[in-house]
Amino acid sequence: MVDVTPADAVPPAEVGEMELYHPHSWWTKYVFSQDAKVIAVQYSATATAIGLVALVLSWLMRLQLGFPGTFDFITPEAYYQFITMHGMIMVIYLLTALFLGGFGNYLIPLMVGARDMVFPYVNMLSYWIYLLAVLVLVSSFFAPGGPTGAGWTLYPPQAIMTGTPGGQDWGIILMLSSLILFIIGFTMGGLNYVVTVLQGRTRGMTLMRLPLTVWGIFTATVMALLAFPALFVACVMMLLDRVLGTSFFMPAIVEMGEQLQHNGGSPILFQHLFWFFGHPEVYIVALPAFGIVSDLISTHARKNIFGYRMMVWAIIAIGALSFVVWAHHMYVSGMHPYFGFFFATTTLIIAIPTAIKVYNWVLTLWRGDIHLTVPMLFALAFIVTFVNGGLTGLFLGNVVVDVPLSDTMFVVAHFHMVMGVAPILVIFGAIYHWYPKVTGRMLNEALGKFHFWVTFLGAYLIFFPMHYLGLMGIPRRYAELTDMTIMTESARHLNSFISIMAFVVGFAQLVFLFNLIWSIRHGREAGGNPWRATTLEWQTPQTPPAHGNFGKELPIVYRWAYDYSVPGAKEDFIPQNVPGDFAPSREPA
Amino acid sequence: MAVVLVLVLIVVGSVLFHFLSPWWWTPIASNWDYIDHTIIISFWITGIVFAAVVLFMAYCVFRFRHREGNRAAYEPENKRLEWWLMVVTAAGVTALLVPGLFVWSRFVTVPSDATEIEVVAQQWQWSFRLPGKDGKLGTSDTRDVTADNPLGVAPKDPNGQDDVLVEAADLHLPVGKPVKVLLRSIDVLHDFYIPEFRAKMDMIPGSVTYFWFTPIRTGTFQVLCAELCGQGHPLMHGVVMVDTEQDYLAWLGQQQTFAQLSAPQQSGSANSLPGEAIASNLGVAANSKLSRSAQ
Amino acid sequence: MSVILVFLLVVAGFAGWWLSHQRLTAKPWLEQGLAEEFVGLGRSALPTAKIGLGVFLAVVGCLFSLFVSAYFMRMGLSDWRPLPLPRLLWLNTGVLVLSSVALQCAVVAARRGQMDMVRLGLATAGLTALAFLAGQLVAWRQLTEDGYLLASNPANSFFYLITAMHGLHILGGLVGLGRTSAGAWNGARPERLRLSVELCAMYWHFLLFVWLCIFAVLAGWAATFVSICQRLLT
Repeated sequence: MVDVTPADAVPPAEVGEMELYHPHSWWTKYVFSQDAKVIAVQYSATATAIGLVALVLSWLMRLQLGFPGTFDFITPEAYYQFITMHGMIMVIYLLTALFLGGFGNYLIPLMVGARDMVFPYVNMLSYWIYLLAVLVLVSSFFAPGGPTGAGWTLYPPQAIMTGTPGGQDWGIILMLSSLILFIIGFTMGGLNYVVTVLQGRTRGMTLMRLPLTVWGIFTATVMALLAFPALFVACVMMLLDRVLGTSFFMPAIVEMGEQLQHNGGSPILFQHLFWFFGHPEVYIVALPAFGIVSDLISTHARKNIFGYRMMVWAIIAIGALSFVVWAHHMYVSGMHPYFGFFFATTTLIIAIPTAIKVYNWVLTLWRGDIHLTVPMLFALAFIVTFVNGGLTGLFLGNVVVDVPLSDTMFVVAHFHMVMGVAPILVIFGAIYHWYPKVTGRMLNEALGKFHFWVTFLGAYLIFFPMHYLGLMGIPRRYAELTDMTIMTESARHLNSFISIMAFVVGFAQLVFLFNLIWSIRHGREAGGNPWRATTLEWQTPQTPPAHGNFGKELPIVYRWAYDYSVPGAKEDFIPQNVPGDFAPSREPA
Repeated sequence: MAVVLVLVLIVVGSVLFHFLSPWWWTPIASNWDYIDHTIIISFWITGIVFAAVVLFMAYCVFRFRHREGNRAAYEPENKRLEWWLMVVTAAGVTALLVPGLFVWSRFVTVPSDATEIEVVAQQWQWSFRLPGKDGKLGTSDTRDVTADNPLGVAPKDPNGQDDVLVEAADLHLPVGKPVKVLLRSIDVLHDFYIPEFRAKMDMIPGSVTYFWFTPIRTGTFQVLCAELCGQGHPLMHGVVMVDTEQDYLAWLGQQQTFAQLSAPQQSGSANSLPGEAIASNLGVAANSKLSRSAQ
Repeated sequence: MSVILVFLLVVAGFAGWWLSHQRLTAKPWLEQGLAEEFVGLGRSALPTAKIGLGVFLAVVGCLFSLFVSAYFMRMGLSDWRPLPLPRLLWLNTGVLVLSSVALQCAVVAARRGQMDMVRLGLATAGLTALAFLAGQLVAWRQLTEDGYLLASNPANSFFYLITAMHGLHILGGLVGLGRTSAGAWNGARPERLRLSVELCAMYWHFLLFVWLCIFAVLAGWAATFVSICQRLLT
């Protein structure tokens, strides 16, 4: 890491021009580009492509659950491979990559007023290593034995044993290698996002003038840099257990009547490492969503975000607390029961800053001037699903309530609502919001509204009733729900209904994809600032922003990011780079 | 306006669904109705918060939607309101946490009169071990597992000789007596889960985990595995029957001890089949079922 | 997991100290203008590359703290048989110290503009680092020949794993050192060279520190130290 391009020292509060890399050919401009905006599009496109694979996998498993016995090709092996790959792709290769690699790359330099990321070459490497990780992951579909079917948590011992698909074949090896690559690639990108926020801010852009989007992505990246090493350690150690026969995680085992060579290892050790990464990971996905949704609500309600300072403190508090709650995923794992008291308490404490954020979003709507644009619709839907999923998190975080509910469909419904549906709705809202900046054209609004209604209502209808299946006691990760005394006829019907809705929602995404592609050419011309927003990315001289983002002169920041509807000002927004005080009295009457 | 209507409908629909849904927990069969009460408290508190937030949002959208000439108010923050909300939230969280921790401390404190029984899991079946006349379970080790000793009971331990082994068959329990369930696995993670008992716990190869409960009514209950344990996971069912004291003793009298099972087969009678044969028969059954569904 | 939590506490301390200088309690809506009066709220005076390296080293520190955490958790289980550390490791430690000292000399020389001394320092650092890696390989061989194989005991597995990870980081550093040396011989701009040399030295010192920590852990002194502390507390 010492071979980073060094920038020369600059005096404080004075921003010198950075050495900007200039592309010389088509290849270096569009393929091996060091421009964060191009890298952002590359990240987003790759993440979307692999995300579509995960979407199809979810259809396949819903076919099995909704209509058991109808589709012979979905064997238990195949089912477990589908759920594993679906989970891993969605959490890591789609959500993490899209929020940090996609939105982070595009928005950080533009929003803080920088020409590019601080280490553009490392940034480019980050994308290509990510792509390699995705390719290794995809290759496991074609490897002998197929991809791993260990569940996305990859718990040993079963993850590397013959009873699990891919356990003694290539599946698990490719999965672990792909994760290791992803982490290396992410670390390279993450360094850029963090250091750009630290060092790339333009003149006048203090931390308290940053848009919350940047705060969210920045904090999430810091967390990811500290949390991903835990997954790295777990992957390396499991790879050694699998390939070289060590016993980090593998105890003495009798498999199908035969004693294995392993001895004395601790499966719980893996769970601690995995969730030490895994829980911060939830917030790594959630914090950028929190940040983005704050900006969407504020812009489209034409009102400053309510309680900006509290929002910033809440982000920092959530980021810090999320490192001491990991074992709430392990209440029934057989760890020492007294840990339950500690982790239940920390887990429920984290609900307080999170609740503050929710209150501030809805209070921003209060006495606003709410434009029900497509991004705003998605933001409202985010609040509904996030509140719903967050509240069921209080069930699962409360140690004794988790006992009957853990490992049931209740858990599946909870985490899909809170870290599946909710962040994805923010991603959609953000795409409708920033697409005009990326392409210069608006997305089609009618298609957008159709996409919104089907996605939001469909997803709610999928996951809200699913909680009640979990309440009945129906376990998750069951390829077959046959021969179960607790399974009722009506529950079977509910499962079929959920599966049909999954298809409906899935197909609505095709409409969205069509809209994305069609509007590049045929969308309405957007102009530079179609939403009349204050933040710097809307103040670029060209749209889409040219190489170097801001033309000759970097913008100078005179105000915070939320000067909407300032009393006394003519317009209902004042961009951050506009000097002068328009407001004679800024304290509310 | 459609948004307002839908937001209100979501709240009304969710609440109605909650009260009218035919999908609800199974009738309880253990002492852990405390847990059910805690869930009910959680439903009330979170339900009120959900309804309040979404309805407030609906009202805002209705009242402050954009109309020509509207202008938003200017209000950067309101310290007092924020502090109040924080205090109320903290109170709500405490109301959830305190009963939860209270019940958890009961859950982890095993009463001294609880009988120890052992559940041993392997891919993909359940076996059980009950202490014999001495009331003690012998030690065990995965390394001791052989074809003749499928549960890995230590052959030298005198405490283990009279242990009653129930290999890949139904477990019976007397009603009203607290049991401490010791959980052991000889291959991968499993989780001993009976929905009607509410309690569950993972079993980890190499260590012994536990939980306790008191069955409060007689009946037949299905055991499910709740931790992914490979491709046979969904078929890993078992049966626990809660009997009256009398029926239980009758059943116990028919069971065989470790010493009987591991003794050289002197009689060769049909009902003293070595445990491994039973286990492997069932293993084959599970496997053939798998391959059938694979075809 | 206590080692990693302590490490994160240190990181959080740094972050908190930095944040406390960023006026997080300011009311930004009341402050228009250039914010010129709040000196120190912009970017740091440190070169960006140094900050980047600092963040990266925090990640590396996190990685090794996690390995050590896992080491201590696994150590508590019954099948742990500590392995005798080869005496060669002492020599290797000395060589790595020498490497760090040489780079520090190169830094001093670069600040004074003595190109010959810079080149000498870089070359010495590179060669001693290579010697360290070779020494580690010899130590592995000795252990293997004595029958301490990778998979035969978790203590062995951890020894090979952690030393390999540390070695890989040294190897990565050598790439950077190679680029810096190329610059030193091909006449890079002096201030640029100075920064590169400083970055190398920073990385080297950190990896030396990491090595001393893991040496202490692998030799068992760390565990003894912790148990003494526990006894003192109780």
